[in-house]
Amino acid sequence: MFAENETPPRLAALADPPLKGRDHSRTWPARLVVLVPYVWLIVFFLLPFVIVVKISLSQTAMAQPPYIPVLDLAGWEGLKNFFSELTFENYVLLFTDSLYLTSYLRSLEIAAVSTLLLLLLGFPIAYGIARAPRRWQAVLVILVMLPFWTSFLIRVYAWINILQREGLLNDALLMLGIVQQPLVWLATDAAIYIGIVYSYLPFMVLPIYATLEKMDESLLEAAADLGSPPWKAFWLVTVPLALPGIAAGALLCFIPTVGEFVIPDLLGGSEQMMIGQTLWTEFFTNRDWPVASALAVVLLCLLIGPIMIYQHMQTRQLEGAR
Amino acid sequence: MRKGLSWFNIAAIGLGLAFLYIPIAILVIYSFNASRLVTVWGGWSTRWYGELFNNEAMLDAAWISLRIALLSATVATVLGTLAALALVRIGRFRGRLMFSGMIYAPLILPEVIIGLALLLFFVAADVDRGFWTVVIAHTTLTMGFAAIIVQSRLLGFDWSVEEAAMDLGAPPLRTFLTVTLPLIAPAIASAWMLAFTLSLDDLVIASFTTGPGATTLPIRIYSEVRLGVKPEINAVCTIMIAVVALGVVAASLLSKLREDKPAVPLPGAP
Repeated sequence: MFAENETPPRLAALADPPLKGRDHSRTWPARLVVLVPYVWLIVFFLLPFVIVVKISLSQTAMAQPPYIPVLDLAGWEGLKNFFSELTFENYVLLFTDSLYLTSYLRSLEIAAVSTLLLLLLGFPIAYGIARAPRRWQAVLVILVMLPFWTSFLIRVYAWINILQREGLLNDALLMLGIVQQPLVWLATDAAIYIGIVYSYLPFMVLPIYATLEKMDESLLEAAADLGSPPWKAFWLVTVPLALPGIAAGALLCFIPTVGEFVIPDLLGGSEQMMIGQTLWTEFFTNRDWPVASALAVVLLCLLIGPIMIYQHMQTRQLEGAR
Repeated sequence: MRKGLSWFNIAAIGLGLAFLYIPIAILVIYSFNASRLVTVWGGWSTRWYGELFNNEAMLDAAWISLRIALLSATVATVLGTLAALALVRIGRFRGRLMFSGMIYAPLILPEVIIGLALLLFFVAADVDRGFWTVVIAHTTLTMGFAAIIVQSRLLGFDWSVEEAAMDLGAPPLRTFLTVTLPLIAPAIASAWMLAFTLSLDDLVIASFTTGPGATTLPIRIYSEVRLGVKPEINAVCTIMIAVVALGVVAASLLSKLREDKPAVPLPGAP
């Protein structure tokens, strides 16, 4: 027999997934496989964020580029000057000027309400698809996905056609006698919600469908055998089992919606802005790059929690599968 | 999941699909409207498509967008495939957590943040903004999507065929090129397609990173849309929808012939 801590060599080889059977990580081709995308991401993803943080601590200037200090790497003195000129002024501004605070709060509120609406609308669709005969499911999934492949901008634009004062929604409502006067839809919050729900619906339906589809139907049979009425089995069995999909869908909708620009810009009103619009205006209209950077840093801090949860789930889903 | 549809299920699916497709259908129908007034139906006509082909600015923008999408999708697919191989095949390496974090982050990060960060980077690096900066930005944005698609294919991959090839004496590179690559080719193809359409669609990141002479199609459309609905825009949108729909249907038919997995994956859906 083998000693307690010793695994039989053959068994150890079996226990290791085949991909670890040969050690690839030390050969040169393997190093390149990691290094090439890694270096790309560090240069074009990580470094830009470092620069955003740096510029958020700078001051606006009438110069090109429109901020000071510009990093001067010429010697110790330059470096010291550079650090002494960094300031938290932009952040103080963000937390004292109510314009920015309301903009953040409004974005969070719109994103939260939209996510709830998406869940209420998306769950029944996902549930219906999961209960459809298997040969239909693939077709239905493609039908839900297809709009995701057409341009975001086009899909938002399509709603301008419908929501304008003489548009088809008002025509339909008038014809059905639901309203007597045409309603104002464009430039309202209702239009923003319609646009968000429309654009993000596939992101909510598909993850929920994916968890429902894997569900073991014998659990529901067992619940029925034990005398549980269908609605109770739904609440106590189906919904808890679908929670990972619900969470993934909710995060996938909530996080990008907070920073949404196109939808509120084209469908919403101009008096109250979401944070994506505020950032855009600070940058393109006011040319205040430091404030725009500070807005981005605070937005990132708000979203870092949900993003980490999402990443954790994504990693577990992709890698737990093996 | 128990099969069998109730009326409620059918209604949910039906209304959901109607909600998804009716706005697009209306847009397509109105692109054939003879009237200049977008709210009045003036009979069928292809007039706006004709005007579109005389619209120099729009054609230029379309050509620029197409070139950016072709280039960035190709680079992003190569980088994304390498990243997927690194995550699945090599397993553990130093800085793996940061690596996977940087790959997944662009999938959900608000576009305004990515756009602003890349622009400030290009300014700090003193790079002239234009065609190439948009290509780099789109590559960075889409390589994560490409990586996820290839990664999910690699996870279901039977590595014993690779082992077999190597046991029979094939060197690693040749094994990869003749065994592994053909087997993951469908995933690579759909990764490329997704990267291509995402690049073609992007407005926000392109607006930040573009410069003089590199106005992409979405930027062009956006600047016109802000001034109101125009029949020419309906026509240009209809063409884009048709191209994407044809591509997706062709890809899913192709993958139906090769395997049983749909070729149109989405982040978050396995």
